[in-house]
Amino acid sequence: MAGGGNNEEELSPDDEHIISASEEEDGSDDESKHAKLLEAISSLGKRKRMKRTERSEASVQVSEFSVNADGTGEKVNLSDLLGTMDKTPGAPNKTKQQLKNLQNRKETLELPLSKQQTEKQIQREVAYDKSSKEVSRWETVITQNQKAEQLVFPLRQDPTGPKRMEQVVAGWKAKTPLEKEIFSLLHSNNQPIHDPLLTPAEEASIKAMSLEEAKIRQAEFRKARVLQSYYEAKARRERKIKSKKYHKLQKKAKVKAFLKQFDEMMKTDPAGALEELKKMELSRMQERMSLKHQNSGKWAKSKAIMAKYDDAARKAMQEQLEMNKQLTQKLVVPSDDDDDEERNVEEADALPDFVNDPEPILDSVNPWMRGKLTQEHSEPEVTAVATETAVETKDEGQNGQREDEEEEENEEEKLLREFERKRKLRQDEDDDLVPVPQEEKQGERFSLCFTKPRHFLAIFKAELLDEGLVRVRTMDDLEALQQDVVMDTTQPAPASATPAPSMETTSEPPKKKKKKKGIDPNEVLTKEAKVIKMPLAPTVVEEEEEEVHAEQTAIIKEAFAGDDVISDFLKDKRKQEKAGQAEVVDLTLPGWGEWGGVGLKPSKRKRRKFRLKAPAPPLRKDQNLPDVIISEKRNSSVANHQVSQLPFPFQNSTQFESCVRFPVGQTWNTQTTFRKLTAPKVVTKMGAIIEPMSKEDLPPVKESSGAGKREKTSIGWRF
Amino acid sequence: MRILSLRALITSRGMKVKVLCRNPDDYVRETTRDIQRVPRNYDPTIHPFEVSREYTRALNATKLERIFAKPFVASLDGHRDGINCLAKHAKTLSVVLSGACDGEVKIWNLSKRECMRTIQAHEGFVRGICSRFCGSSFFTVGDDKTVKQWNMEPPGRGLQEEPLNTILGKAVYTGIDHHQTEGTFATCGQTVDIWDEQRSSPIRSFSWGVDSFSCVRYNPVETELLASCASDRSIILYDMRESAPLKKIIMQLRSNTLCWNPMEAYNFTCSNEDYNLYTYDMRRLDVPVTVHMDHVSAVLDVDYSPTGKEFVSASFDKTIRIFPKNSGHSREVYHTKRMQHVICVKWSADNKYILSGSDEMNIRLWKANASEKLGLLTPREKAALNYNQKLRDKFQHHPQVRRIARHRHLPRDLFKQKRELREMKEARRRKAQNVRKHSKPGSVPLVTEKEKHVVSVVE
Repeated sequence: MAGGGNNEEELSPDDEHIISASEEEDGSDDESKHAKLLEAISSLGKRKRMKRTERSEASVQVSEFSVNADGTGEKVNLSDLLGTMDKTPGAPNKTKQQLKNLQNRKETLELPLSKQQTEKQIQREVAYDKSSKEVSRWETVITQNQKAEQLVFPLRQDPTGPKRMEQVVAGWKAKTPLEKEIFSLLHSNNQPIHDPLLTPAEEASIKAMSLEEAKIRQAEFRKARVLQSYYEAKARRERKIKSKKYHKLQKKAKVKAFLKQFDEMMKTDPAGALEELKKMELSRMQERMSLKHQNSGKWAKSKAIMAKYDDAARKAMQEQLEMNKQLTQKLVVPSDDDDDEERNVEEADALPDFVNDPEPILDSVNPWMRGKLTQEHSEPEVTAVATETAVETKDEGQNGQREDEEEEENEEEKLLREFERKRKLRQDEDDDLVPVPQEEKQGERFSLCFTKPRHFLAIFKAELLDEGLVRVRTMDDLEALQQDVVMDTTQPAPASATPAPSMETTSEPPKKKKKKKGIDPNEVLTKEAKVIKMPLAPTVVEEEEEEVHAEQTAIIKEAFAGDDVISDFLKDKRKQEKAGQAEVVDLTLPGWGEWGGVGLKPSKRKRRKFRLKAPAPPLRKDQNLPDVIISEKRNSSVANHQVSQLPFPFQNSTQFESCVRFPVGQTWNTQTTFRKLTAPKVVTKMGAIIEPMSKEDLPPVKESSGAGKREKTSIGWRF
Repeated sequence: MRILSLRALITSRGMKVKVLCRNPDDYVRETTRDIQRVPRNYDPTIHPFEVSREYTRALNATKLERIFAKPFVASLDGHRDGINCLAKHAKTLSVVLSGACDGEVKIWNLSKRECMRTIQAHEGFVRGICSRFCGSSFFTVGDDKTVKQWNMEPPGRGLQEEPLNTILGKAVYTGIDHHQTEGTFATCGQTVDIWDEQRSSPIRSFSWGVDSFSCVRYNPVETELLASCASDRSIILYDMRESAPLKKIIMQLRSNTLCWNPMEAYNFTCSNEDYNLYTYDMRRLDVPVTVHMDHVSAVLDVDYSPTGKEFVSASFDKTIRIFPKNSGHSREVYHTKRMQHVICVKWSADNKYILSGSDEMNIRLWKANASEKLGLLTPREKAALNYNQKLRDKFQHHPQVRRIARHRHLPRDLFKQKRELREMKEARRRKAQNVRKHSKPGSVPLVTEKEKHVVSVVE
């Protein structure tokens, strides 16, 4: 429309120009004529303008398919379209229905709000949604805190335990003259005053490390330490062995192992192999220079004398010469395919099985001491739980065992080396890390560092978890557990060392009940009651004690001579029982419906009719308890102290009662339980400012969940 | 000594008595790694009647708690007019700032219970005061349309008290609050303004059809969120980063102040003129989470405990009340004969004390836990207190224990007022019940107490 207006304005000066020209030509004409002319011109102009402003489309005037487009200006109704819709077979019914619904609807749309208003409102709504979503991130933390048994404020506390030297020293300054003097001395000598044990990067990594990771790392250290000590002990033991044969064998094995390793190295690590080669070359040179193995030594000379008579000596000499040959030989790398294959097979056998096998729990305290390390010591004690590998080792002969040992050793060495390598790697990475922005790399690094230990941990965890899973989680698990228990009871199981405690508890009560039913309460009472014997510290010497005891019993007997407590009690109980029983009410009136008078009794029929028997009272609770009287009457003095209504959080009275019944005090509980039971809900530190929660307290949302998932999947994949 | 004398006695009489003596093997551990020997026998048959014995102990504990409930610690006097606002030092527990109605600001040392510094900060009321997050300076706003920043350190000897910065505004500011971690603060008056400390004009100013606000507070957890109370009975939420406010609730009566829960990012409590306090979840504003009733006059101020478990409210009825955050009624009421209308209240940052400033020119220091023993406790004392607390919790539903634990003294007029209010409420309830009874079923809907007080939520 605006465009049209512009056009008009542009045109108008031309029109005027035309008009003025005509006026000049006509000279004096009628006004009416003039007006007509004007009209005509203006109409002309209009048409002209219309034409000029109109944008024509070819398809409107002339159809592409030579069909003239009728009714182009008309409105198109939905119903018109719908007619064709019904005819087309391709259209789905659903859309047809929707269109029909649309046609039938006659509601008018609401008037839109003013632009400014809507804009603001939309802005507000969006902002509110955003902020409420942002705030909702705290929900988990808040609910966790609400459920927590104990909250310790301030939430962020410095780690407990001893601080490192640098931390303590950081804020300290030399004040006294003596201190200053020492300080200056240290400075002059360039002594290390401030020697950080950890680099800042390491410190940051430790801080960033979660508890779990720290645990893993600690476990790794622990394992390394244990292995090292074990290895050292073994080495010491071996060094002490005097048998020459043993050492010879040992040496041979070592050489063999070395060769094997070297072959391996050729494939995997050419650089390392080259180095080894160089070493060999060096030893060759040494040999050539010294000729140590050329029967020139003292030992060789003596052997040469003996060789005439002794086969062994001859053999030894030959061996030495062989050695010399070997050492002085120029090295040619052996590359037999067959050999390699054989070796590969051997190696595959040598792989320790205990890595893959489920391990028996022999030492629950130190999970690292499982596997073969402990098996070796406790082989005679191997139980039914032991793995197949153990059986295999038994089956194999002595040689096999020795080989196994060697392999084991190799395993340990490998592990140690692995740890060493990792440690180095970590250090290197830390060094690398200093210039790199920390946050980005930390996650990667930890995943790198802890792949192996995590794997180990996962093994143990999964085992523990399995047990845990059986114990509790869902009702199904519980049922399954019960079934297991039943199975156990039906089959005498020699292997299971510890039968489930639940089985005992479930099986025992019925027996007791049966016994109870068989007991006659009256009989029990006449017998002597069981006395709880308590070890009391005797205050008087025993000889005297006996006398005193006899005397005292005599005195007591005398004092309570006519006192039969038991029968009194029984009488009392019977009385109570009687009182509790409902009495028969006799409502017979003499004379009614009969003859009445002195000496006449109401008839039996009448008496029977009017005697009302109350319903039997409920069974007494002390019916089967011979030495107890339980009174179920309401005692008003006690009622004052009793709870009349069920308090809010409890669902039923039994719940509440059980909650109250359980004592908390030191009298009934051990010190630790007592401390646990009475732990306050909120603990604050004296003089510490409790800061409001900050974003650091918020668990990282995406990253942590992702990591958790990854961990889970990894565990799943391994098992 | 005793054994010796016994020996003497025995030898003189010629009697043979076994002396109490113990074999060290029975109670001394061989190594420190051994389990501690237990000198007690925990056999339950030897210690019968556990419930009744514990009940008696609980009863005694409750009584003792009431006996030792002496919450009033100290009164700080020195102001020459009613105290209008209080602020805690952000980094020091013992420093408190107070602003009075005559424009005077005093800085107090709580441990010494004395005024360290007095500043004539404003002409007219000091309307609001807040400490900077680092504790190096503090801000005041007053009736003289200024915002002033002051150094927390006193000026040198012979120098005059001068503000670090002064911002002259166009209208009176009624409240101020500082951001938790950044150098920005918010004031309220005719609009809610967000200021940068380095600039003399606000970075942002929010208004939403209201011309006067009474209070603005930053959310201490989600530090970019704010909330304000306005004179048109509304509470408005803002986000510092947005250009428009977020949402508005209109209640039946005006809210005086509000306070965010420092441990729960989305909860805040506002003190209302209708004698109640309302806790809202900012994500669901149409109904308050809890309505806290007990005051008998307008509630003027509220402050959360730093643990976020409780809050304290100051009222025009001359009392302070402590409410658990999710309970409808107070657990404690503090009042003294001389304390007048309590205008401002603060909970100390170590969760131990409560400070109240009132009309009669005094700041009072109270214990947050009335019967708490101050000072260091020996481990045995601590254990005993914990045990007593546990017992009280365990038997709290028992009528005698509850009766003793809940008993509080109230001044007569307060008591009467309370009773009157109760009767009025009951009458109203009865009437509503009757109306419902005598009208077409469903035509008079049942409105819960929570729903009654919110008029509308404006988006």
